Amino acid sequence: MIIGVIVVVAVLLVGTAFGLWRRRVDGRLREAHQAGDIAHDETLTHEQIGVELGAKATLVQFSSAFCQPCRATRTLLSDVAAMLPGVITVDIDAEHHLDLVRQLHIMRTPTVLVLDSTGLIRTRASGLPRKADVIAAIGALG
Amino acid sequence: MSSTSSAQSGIDPRGPRFGAVITTVMLALAFVLLWTPQGSAGYNVACVLLAVQTLVFALGAIVGLSAQPYGWIYRRFVRPRLSPPSELEDPAPPRFAQVVGLAFAVVALISAIFGAPVVAIIATGCALIAAFLNAAFALCLGCEMYLIGRRLVRR
Repeated sequence: MIIGVIVVVAVLLVGTAFGLWRRRVDGRLREAHQAGDIAHDETLTHEQIGVELGAKATLVQFSSAFCQPCRATRTLLSDVAAMLPGVITVDIDAEHHLDLVRQLHIMRTPTVLVLDSTGLIRTRASGLPRKADVIAAIGALG
Repeated sequence: MSSTSSAQSGIDPRGPRFGAVITTVMLALAFVLLWTPQGSAGYNVACVLLAVQTLVFALGAIVGLSAQPYGWIYRRFVRPRLSPPSELEDPAPPRFAQVVGLAFAVVALISAIFGAPVVAIIATGCALIAAFLNAAFALCLGCEMYLIGRRLVRR
């Protein structure tokens, strides 16, 4: 049983390390060309996302049915879109767009993509992003 | 684009967190006791703990969160002492977590009873990690695996 105690402590330490790492990277916006895990110059068209692109930026959210932070992310992106002219937001159900999910290497929900006016993916985040970061990413589109 | 579950109603998110804390304690105790020799008092207590936890998961997964005993304890004894929740949460993710927990708990319980403690320890450990991440970091591991699972299954 002493082995069991040692193993359970080890398991919880590994869980703590994972949780702390996840907390650090969660929602962090990364420039797409730095993200490494997506192809260079990935562009989405209005056919793919189902709405016309925003004149300034399009915020694309991938959601799923069993996703705790999706609701808060949706609210945050809607707030940003309402605040900034030329910015629109679209919510895509990942389960029903698995081709797109695979093409973009989306592993979890919510994933947020910031597209410029041409549909080029400039920034992405996994998890609930910070509002200031989203606004800064839109500002950086030029 | 269809949006998923846009209802503004919901549950107090602290309820499932509270339940995850109790679940973590239950599973951690069971995990440790599964290392005792089969047939010993410790091993039997592990089986009882797993049986209770399986029943709790089953009620939450099959009947719903309102029937989940830990949620009931939270609503009856804890929430009256707290301020109202600042935001409400969609009940679908925590209920899905109960389904995932149930799957692991059933495997653990059956393995423990039928003399396969190694399988029982692994299954209990998986459920323990998920419950711990939920309790400590509000992270729903089963929910995270859901999309990955769908990516793998559906062509």
